[in-house]
Amino acid sequence: MQAGAMQGLIIKGLVKEYVPGKPVLRGINLAIAPQGITAVIGPSGTGKSTLLRCINRLVEPTAGEILLNGQDLVPLRGRGLRMARRRIGMVFQEYNLVERLTVMENVLSGRLGYVSLWQAWMRRYPDADIARAFSLLDAVGLPEQATRRADALSGGQRQRVGIARALMQQPELLLADEPTSSLDPRTAVEIMELMTGLSTSAGVPLVVNIHNVDLARRFAQRIIGMAGGEIVFDGPPEALQSEHLRQIYGGEDWL
Amino acid sequence: MSASTLRRRAFPANWSARATAFGLMLYAIYAFGQLDITWARLSVGFGEAGRFLARMWPPNFSRAELLIEGMLESLQIAVISSALGILLALPLGLMAARNLAPLPLAVATRGFVAFCRSLHYVIVAILFVKAIGFGALAGVAALTIASMGFVAKLFAEAIEEISMKQVEAIRATGAGFGAVLVYGVLPQVASRFIGFSLYQLDSNLRNSTLVGIVGAGGIGGTLFAAFKRFDYDFVVAILLSIIALIFIAELISGRIRALLR
Repeated sequence: MQAGAMQGLIIKGLVKEYVPGKPVLRGINLAIAPQGITAVIGPSGTGKSTLLRCINRLVEPTAGEILLNGQDLVPLRGRGLRMARRRIGMVFQEYNLVERLTVMENVLSGRLGYVSLWQAWMRRYPDADIARAFSLLDAVGLPEQATRRADALSGGQRQRVGIARALMQQPELLLADEPTSSLDPRTAVEIMELMTGLSTSAGVPLVVNIHNVDLARRFAQRIIGMAGGEIVFDGPPEALQSEHLRQIYGGEDWL
Repeated sequence: MSASTLRRRAFPANWSARATAFGLMLYAIYAFGQLDITWARLSVGFGEAGRFLARMWPPNFSRAELLIEGMLESLQIAVISSALGILLALPLGLMAARNLAPLPLAVATRGFVAFCRSLHYVIVAILFVKAIGFGALAGVAALTIASMGFVAKLFAEAIEEISMKQVEAIRATGAGFGAVLVYGVLPQVASRFIGFSLYQLDSNLRNSTLVGIVGAGGIGGTLFAAFKRFDYDFVVAILLSIIALIFIAELISGRIRALLR
């Protein structure tokens, strides 16, 4: 039972100050089970994105611990950090595909933490990786697009490639930072359906930052509300009432 | 409110700009007076120019062996110095890019690149002629240093303009520094790098015809000797050959650019 308690993502006392004395995250404590979908909601500038980026260390935490399946990620450097990053997939708001590479190259870049530099440069990925990339492209609904350049795709298609790239890592945790904010409402729902479906069937826990409260309610099993760098709500979607939304976003005219 | 005050409020007079423009105009008039241009001087000058042009025609290609040898040496100087300069500029450009290199390294590299660029390549060629003697080696060394400085600066600026979002995404996959360069940076800058390199080769083709004048190899030496011996018909033959070489290079690099698109 002791080992089981260490599974999943555990965040203890996480603090981030970009400017000393002005914390963006004020001691976040959070435990996320090794499966399921968690949505983080909150106003812009409240530290949702910083929280996610601290987990895969695109942002350096100022203090605290981040344990992924028992390993603290905060003290990692160099090779150890890269080994940890390859276990964490990330989907970005503006897709962040390498525009001038093909769809296939973008998806296979999810394996860069596993293959040697020479293999990566010469595009000599293991056959199993290439087969998996093709099946992921089928799964995200982009068959026959492998050789197109990423900058030739539409926004929704790009985000599908972004999801395939993240899953290509065979991650133990999937992070999504506002994955639907740059998309139209219909595509946003399609992308959320795809991402939650694929992460559930792969058994990977998903943590998604999202502006849209309705989407959060519809797709997540657990909602975390943040305001002013702190967690002010944590519970299932049914428990999220308008008083909580008022506490998270402030004001009430918009409700 | 009258129309003129409305106009003045919309476009207030800039008195300092007016005073500067007036001052410049006065100086131009004074300087023109100092030139001492007279009709007598002009008519003598035109006469000399006419005689000079008459002696240039027809071009004399009888010393083709000397001409071809010099042109080939210039071509070799241009190609070797461009290749070496670009090769050295790749790591320097990366080290000078403030978004990828640590700041102290970037500042130091920028200082070194600025030092390479600070002297004109003809002055550098003179220094190399004094240091390692007459010949093509001095020309190659001088143009390599000039190319390295120029291209490294352009490379660094191209790298600083890339989208860091794409780099961040590659970093997030657990890729090492080399893989981040190959997947996150290189695709964003490759076509511009090739463009800069072609441009530098183009410049070096012209530069390599000049370093010979200070004894650093190539057709420039032959050209300078022909001038001194008043062999103006041979001078024109050399100039026409240089122009032909530049035109051919222009055509080839245009083709390569079109293929890249």
